[in-house]
Amino acid sequence: MIERSHVLICSGSNCVARGAKSLRAEFEEHLSNLGIRHEIKLVNTGCVGLCEQGPFVIVYPEGVFYALVKSKDIKVICEEHLYKGRIVERLVFDEALTENKEVKAFDEIKFYAKQTRIANRNCGLINPDDIEEYIARNGYRGLGKALLEMTRMEVIEEMMASGLRGRGGGGFPTGLKWKFAYNNESDQKYVICNADEGDPGAFMDRALLEGDPHSIIEGLMIAGYAIGADKGYVYVRIEYPTAIEKLKTAINQAKNLGLIGNDIFGSGFNFDIEIRLGAGAFVCGEETALIASIEGGRGMSRNKPPFPAEKGLWDKPTIINNVETLANVPEILFQGAEWFAKIGTEKSKGTKVFSLGGNIKNAGLVEVPMGTTLREVIYDIGGGIPNNKELKAVQTGGPSGGAIPPHLLDLKIEYETLHEVGSMMGSGGMVVIDEDNCMVDICRFYLEFTVDESCGKCTPCREGTKKMLEMLNIISSGHGTLEDIDKLEHLAKMVKNSSLCGLGQAAPNPILSMLEHFRDEFETHVVDKKCPGGKCKALIEIFITDDCIGCTKCVANCPVNCITGTAKQLHTIDTSVCIKCGICKNVCPVDAIISI
Amino acid sequence: MKSLDDLKKIRDAAQSKVQMRGKNEGIRVLVGMATCGISAGARPVMNKFVEKIAEYNLDKITVTPVGCIGECAIEPIVEILQGENRTTYCRVDVEATERIIKEHLIGGKVVSDYVIGKYRL
Ligand SMILES: Cc1cc2nc3c(=O)[nH]c(=O)nc-3n(C[C@H](O)[C@H](O)[C@H](O)COP(=O)(O)O)c2cc1C
Ligand code: SF4
Ligand code: SF4
Ligand code: SF4
Repeated sequence: MIERSHVLICSGSNCVARGAKSLRAEFEEHLSNLGIRHEIKLVNTGCVGLCEQGPFVIVYPEGVFYALVKSKDIKVICEEHLYKGRIVERLVFDEALTENKEVKAFDEIKFYAKQTRIANRNCGLINPDDIEEYIARNGYRGLGKALLEMTRMEVIEEMMASGLRGRGGGGFPTGLKWKFAYNNESDQKYVICNADEGDPGAFMDRALLEGDPHSIIEGLMIAGYAIGADKGYVYVRIEYPTAIEKLKTAINQAKNLGLIGNDIFGSGFNFDIEIRLGAGAFVCGEETALIASIEGGRGMSRNKPPFPAEKGLWDKPTIINNVETLANVPEILFQGAEWFAKIGTEKSKGTKVFSLGGNIKNAGLVEVPMGTTLREVIYDIGGGIPNNKELKAVQTGGPSGGAIPPHLLDLKIEYETLHEVGSMMGSGGMVVIDEDNCMVDICRFYLEFTVDESCGKCTPCREGTKKMLEMLNIISSGHGTLEDIDKLEHLAKMVKNSSLCGLGQAAPNPILSMLEHFRDEFETHVVDKKCPGGKCKALIEIFITDDCIGCTKCVANCPVNCITGTAKQLHTIDTSVCIKCGICKNVCPVDAIISI
Repeated sequence: MKSLDDLKKIRDAAQSKVQMRGKNEGIRVLVGMATCGISAGARPVMNKFVEKIAEYNLDKITVTPVGCIGECAIEPIVEILQGENRTTYCRVDVEATERIIKEHLIGGKVVSDYVIGKYRL
């Protein structure tokens, strides 16, 4: 029986965490009860990107996009939509409903309309556990083309012509990296996929591994062919169990079809892939530390040169590429470098995937052509800032990046432009910060992270990050001086210039960029002893204004019982007891509680 | 996997698995499947469409059940949407289905015996 309808259930980790796992069983049950189970195909797919609105169910051929779906909704979807053909409007993602209540298809929604999905071309569209669905979408054609129609050098030249640059943070031209490894003669070479993804809050690589593992396998094999390696490793953090499981399934299926193994496509090319698990240290994403970790050593960086392309894993020429970089590779070979090079800007080609988070309505994964402006990402795709708050900054590049102020929102996203304003592309974390945040506090968050993650090998990073965090703590406590800010800046520059690896070299970036764009906020902390964002506890008081309607909600929620007042009367806080936890602020229905 | 042809064979065989997903710009067959439609026999009609479309490999055509069109007396109703053109067939049974597929979907000629209104929006 041919199915007339496909029901795609998002099974990315974010949706599973929101309860997507039980949805499939519900569908099975209700479709069977209605006697139409055989007419409908149920497909578990990878992340569709709009995580804030998950779990999702997408019904084809119409492309109807149901959001925030709960188990109990499935019965209605089965009975109404799948049985009687009546779309359940109440469950349709609100941005997919037009004013006249027409339902727009999945890819017509604003969130997707401005996106171009290359790396994510199959995510949310295919079942990652079924290699045939990947092949149906032209999977492994790029590999076939490389192995049968192109020389190794031609593959490298194709990559160079495409303009693809590393998506792991550095932005190094992928083709050029491959060429270095190609030119280094050796009896054995290796290719490694870097799936460590250590940037807190970033999950684009996880989504790719979970949603389309074959694209990474295929990309890695093409890289192997190009440089002359017959062995590949995928280095994944153990905190990604679903990704690891999908990857294992995919590798096994590829082996069974003879896509991994010996004499692939009769070309004489052999290739094998192994998964290596990392313990989740940020520094293990740095390529030399990653190699040390695969070799069984402690994950610590070493000096470069020699670069891995010369002396990498087991001292053999090795290339390391990021997950997203590799996901682009098969499509570039299949569609051609020229096609890819048309997308994006002069120096930054193709697309970039971002994990959009923080104070944003449509948090999730977005993939946009290079050259898209930050404004388009935040307002058109991300839906803007919730609760009518003002935008204060956009943070890109995670703990290695910086904050971009609102007057630079029309900046086109490119490696160079982001670098010029003191931030970086990074691996793709994009955190939207609204007015209720404090820049000193955010710097503290990132520095706490780098202090924890520093491997300790070199002094500037090991001691410097700690010292910088201490200085931030002093500023946040109100005991800082203007001189402290200058000292902090001085130290930050020193750590940046003298650390051994990228971790230490980039750790001061959040501080340096915040000082460049938000110096006045730091100064307010030390001169006026005030925290404009209302986050530094030592510098704020919590007050109840006259707007209080006396609902008593705050009283019931205060953990130290320091709020008094009778019902329907103005309430007050005993500031000598208040621990400034902010809970009352969050529960007050009329925003009568403020921190100043 | 010994040759690219092997891959292409798998690809062609697997096409039907994913074809429906993504943009659907081809012809759409809408079958009225509210309670009235179902009781008038819309279900076997829809199944016939699905089956035949697969059989003839009409990969640009999709079949969708839709709600009540409001003309319960002449159900089952089938609408064929092609760009701006809409053809509505009424009292469609399995036999009519075969004719609509052969004459309209493949042949491009409306089966006037069952039409209630052409280009009606
Ligand atoms: C501290 C640190 C952490 C890193 N973490 C990652 C990571 O999680 N994933 C990644 O792909 N690259 C990471 N990198 C970059 C890698 O060292 C390397 O440049 C990258 O994997 C190369 O792949 P690409 O050229 O495809 O971007 C990290 C670098 C540093 C300095
Ligand atoms: S910069 Fe930091 S992480 Fe890198 S080697 Fe030095 S101590 Fe280790
Ligand atoms: S901030 Fe926390 S401790 Fe202070 S009054 Fe509100 S709930 Fe109570
Ligand atoms: S929650 Fe707000 S409105 Fe209610 S008593 Fe407290 S301050 Fe007043």
